[in-house]
Amino acid sequence: MKNTSVSDCGKREDTIAAIATGMSGSGIGIVRISGGSAIEIADKVYRNKKNEKVLKEYDTHTIHYGFAVDKKGNIIDEVMVSVMKAPASYTAEDTVEINCHGGVMVMRKVLELVMEAGARVAQPGEFTKRAFLNGRIDLSEAEAVMDLIHAKNEFALQSSVRQLKGSVSVIVRELREKLLHEIAFIEAALDDPEHFDLESEGYGEVLYSLLDKTAASLHHLIQSSDDGKILSEGIRTAIIGKPNAGKSSLLNRLVGEERAIVTDIAGTTRDILEETVSLDGIPFRIMDTAGIRSTDDVIEKIGVDRAKDAAEAADLVLYVIDASVPLDENDRAVLEMIKDKNTIILLNKSDLPPILTEEDIRYVASHLSGNGKIIRTSMKEGEGIDLFLTSVKEMFFHGGITYNDEVYITNMRHKEALSEAYDSILQVQKSIENKMPEDFYTIDMMSAYASLGRIIGEEVGDDLVDEIFSKFCMGK
Amino acid sequence: MPEIREQVDICVVGAGHAGCEAALACARLGLETVIFTVSVDSIALMPCNPNVGGTSKGHLVREVDALGGEMGKNIDKTFIQSKMLNKSKGPAVHSLRAQADKADYSREMRKVLENQEHLTIKQAEVCELITEKVENPNPSEQLNPSDQSSLSDQSNLLGQSNSLGQSNLLGQSNPPRQAEEPELREPSESRERYRILGLKTHTGAVYECKAVVLCTGTYLKARCLCGDSITYTGPNGLQAASHLSDSLRKLGITLRRFKTGTPARMDGRTLDYSRMEEQHGDEKVVPFSFSTNPDDVQIDQVSCWLTYTNEKTHEIIRANLDRSPIYAGIIEGTGPRYCPSIEDKVVKFADKDRHQVFIEPEGLHTNEMYVGGMSSSMPEDVQLAMYRTVPGLEHCKIVRNAYAIEYDCIDARQLYPSLEFRKIKGLFSGGQFNGSSGYEEAAAQGLIAGINAAMSVLGKESLVLDRSQAYIGVLIDDLVTKESLEPYRMMTSRAEYRLLLRQDNADLRLRETGYRIGLVPQEVYEATLHKKELIDAEIARLKNTIVGASHEIQTFLEARGSAALKTGTSLAELICRPELNYELLAGIDEKRPSLPSDVIEQVEIEIKYEGYIDRQRRQVEQFKKMEKKRIPDEIDYDKIPSLRIEARQKLSTYRPVSVGQASRISGVSPADISVLLVYLEREKGKY
Repeated sequence: MKNTSVSDCGKREDTIAAIATGMSGSGIGIVRISGGSAIEIADKVYRNKKNEKVLKEYDTHTIHYGFAVDKKGNIIDEVMVSVMKAPASYTAEDTVEINCHGGVMVMRKVLELVMEAGARVAQPGEFTKRAFLNGRIDLSEAEAVMDLIHAKNEFALQSSVRQLKGSVSVIVRELREKLLHEIAFIEAALDDPEHFDLESEGYGEVLYSLLDKTAASLHHLIQSSDDGKILSEGIRTAIIGKPNAGKSSLLNRLVGEERAIVTDIAGTTRDILEETVSLDGIPFRIMDTAGIRSTDDVIEKIGVDRAKDAAEAADLVLYVIDASVPLDENDRAVLEMIKDKNTIILLNKSDLPPILTEEDIRYVASHLSGNGKIIRTSMKEGEGIDLFLTSVKEMFFHGGITYNDEVYITNMRHKEALSEAYDSILQVQKSIENKMPEDFYTIDMMSAYASLGRIIGEEVGDDLVDEIFSKFCMGK
Repeated sequence: MPEIREQVDICVVGAGHAGCEAALACARLGLETVIFTVSVDSIALMPCNPNVGGTSKGHLVREVDALGGEMGKNIDKTFIQSKMLNKSKGPAVHSLRAQADKADYSREMRKVLENQEHLTIKQAEVCELITEKVENPNPSEQLNPSDQSSLSDQSNLLGQSNSLGQSNLLGQSNPPRQAEEPELREPSESRERYRILGLKTHTGAVYECKAVVLCTGTYLKARCLCGDSITYTGPNGLQAASHLSDSLRKLGITLRRFKTGTPARMDGRTLDYSRMEEQHGDEKVVPFSFSTNPDDVQIDQVSCWLTYTNEKTHEIIRANLDRSPIYAGIIEGTGPRYCPSIEDKVVKFADKDRHQVFIEPEGLHTNEMYVGGMSSSMPEDVQLAMYRTVPGLEHCKIVRNAYAIEYDCIDARQLYPSLEFRKIKGLFSGGQFNGSSGYEEAAAQGLIAGINAAMSVLGKESLVLDRSQAYIGVLIDDLVTKESLEPYRMMTSRAEYRLLLRQDNADLRLRETGYRIGLVPQEVYEATLHKKELIDAEIARLKNTIVGASHEIQTFLEARGSAALKTGTSLAELICRPELNYELLAGIDEKRPSLPSDVIEQVEIEIKYEGYIDRQRRQVEQFKKMEKKRIPDEIDYDKIPSLRIEARQKLSTYRPVSVGQASRISGVSPADISVLLVYLEREKGKY
């Protein structure tokens, strides 16, 4: 049984939703809903001035003032809602767009309400895919549409794996493992009933209390996801540079700033220590802090391998160059490597007489794409830190980079998967309460297993059959 | 030199459980058919366990029967004990299993074959396929990539469950294709395609035909191992087929080696049954076939016996592991994990201090007893020593030694879901040759391969059952789609819609298909239609009959430990309560009609498990959407750069027929499926 991801797309009447604008920058954003139940779903979260839910009565292509409300009727935001009925919409499906005004947090809340009302999170590129499949996009654009779906999914896949906290992935894996073991136990007994007997052991009760624990773990994870805690938010930042260029001084500066809030020192699954530092509200996850601080860095060269790893994983590369020493081959190799990254070059030791030539500086600059900047700093004096923070803000909150959007959407998908798993577990418990036969349990347990697999990017495949044969001695 | 030259429609190679079903289906559809076997005395031989059915396999037998196959009828004629397994569990996992009188089973099947019009039995070893190269694929044969929505218009026996009961009659012609699968192809001749013209036997006789069905079981280059004693024979010492493999390789078919094994048979007189637990059959026997009158199967049944291995057994095995051909590395074939030899069990589950051993009669007219659970390839002396440690077997005499058998078979991903070879038009295959194991799995594939061989000769659409229609669909889809490293066995957990694919409703699911193909007579089909009407009417009546909170009703409920009513409630809702059922409610159901028990069974299941069943039906609707999106045969995946490389390679190699099948290939992600959908949409626009 492969995780039937294709049929997952048909869940919840196949109505999808997402934030259609970036979530940073201006406070105005659009939550877009598309699919057969779009209007019905929007009606659950929208009230007009007279507190009526009336969207379905409105004509197509009209826009309406009103409020986004939660389940209890509390107003979340002032909104403008546009209604576009099929087929005259971008996707050629019924589409509702909720224009929110209250900033990022409010927009997230509105999207969550929409999900609770029955939509599911759109897959990367899904609005465009639907538009194409429904004939709204010219056939000649097919290549572009395929590229977009491919690119967006690759990005989402990378970022979702990268963003998942090590501790969360450990919990999800453990939950899956336990579930699979129980499913295999039941299925082995169903497959070879003369060999294994379920009832004699009061198995239903044992399973019920086990599922209590599973449900509690899932509930906790869902709550964490509300606070954004299942993902490591923050800009993944790599500090690289030759020994004595000032890496650890930079780290100490960032962490030691009076305005810095250091929230977390944790070992991840990869055993790379990270520190999360918030400076002026900008969250940084500084990678490999242990490596930066280690003083026995006897290797003369920069550590090109480490730079490469960091460059691959990081959202932001801080390349510290000692301005009092000329560039060498290693510097050039590293610059080549990071030229497509968001990079800030810190020309450190501005308090010392600069040795770097104009040519050196030009060489460095030529390796910075639109995403790069050179700043002169003195860690000793604390110079350049403000300029550095300003550059980061420009880079991550005004430009084309939608780092936080991606984190957020990933979070929404994870939450959706967790909720589905949770619902499935409750359904199993209900089946036990209703004294249903055991073969009904595994149907929902398998769904929970598949949902959890989506979080860590794993299919179901032949997991069950493998587990049955490896753990239970089957057959005659 | 003079030679025999015959002209027929279809040749079936092998007369095991797959071959028999294949040949009968072809002949019954009016096609001149020859079935070849190396030994006419071994038609429908059961060389391993003496039973038919069991969990999920019982489902397959029922489905074969509903489609017009023979296995169910034959076991009903020849069983000596019968049991419905998992009766205390949900209806989806109830499974019928019968002990067969092996000789009787074989004899009865032979009788059926011998009396079948249009069917000829021929004892001969087939050693070569005769083919011609196909030069110019006919473009008109190519499938249109558009949805085959016309199929869903076909009438439907199961009414509300829209997606069940229909068979997917796909385009019969599977035209040649240019791109070839890199992993499955032979280095030379990789781009060549063939058409079947006939076959040749070892004596030189030529049979010209339009289609061949290969059901060679475990006979191809078979090798039997019992310790260091190796014989180049098929099961039971029968002649192996040693020539056909080479002919298949020449046609570009990739073969692989699988292995399986069987335990010893004992002289029943030397066993002490007082040291074993007796295992009885069911008091009321349920027949396998929907056509068998239940009164005809209430016979005197024989018993089976249960005993166990112990530490002493395991010690002997451990001490002699170096003499086991498997552990000594002599066996190259891959064996099944679900049917491990006793050596495997002792090694892999070292913490278990005992394993079950079932002693089962091989028939009524023989003393031989089958020792289930202790298959082995140990040398004879070790076998005897280890068997004699088992309680009841202390003085046993072995009639036939246990042995392991290795044989050539294929990776079935070389086949279309119709079981026709993608490279060779008119060549079909079924059974253990396709990498499965088990009599029932073989029969199911043999039936489908036979039907589709016939359909191809008749120029009709082939029959492909999907995963939501039948276990047969799950079986074949798994075989032709997924990688399998061991002989494939059916399991209920492999069927994602198993609540719908029950053994009790196989007739409602598949009779119509069998009728449309021409294997189920009209009156049988009409009887099934009538049954369906009765079920629907009764469900509707129960849903619409409201009982009030009267004193009589409350007393009735109280007496059965069921909560009192607060408002009027339908009888259907009461049936849903765990403590109540259809039968119990007779007392408060005044207008209840008199209905046959199989109708009542369906009514009760549909009502009691309605929520779950509906949920699976909704999932099936989604599933069907992707199954109906056909992928044109000539698609060139290299022209879709947005597919990830892994997906592109897998799709090019295994060439799925539908987007649904593509989505089940490991390494193909949901994003790849989206890309594929967009591509197909654009291609559709080109026509």
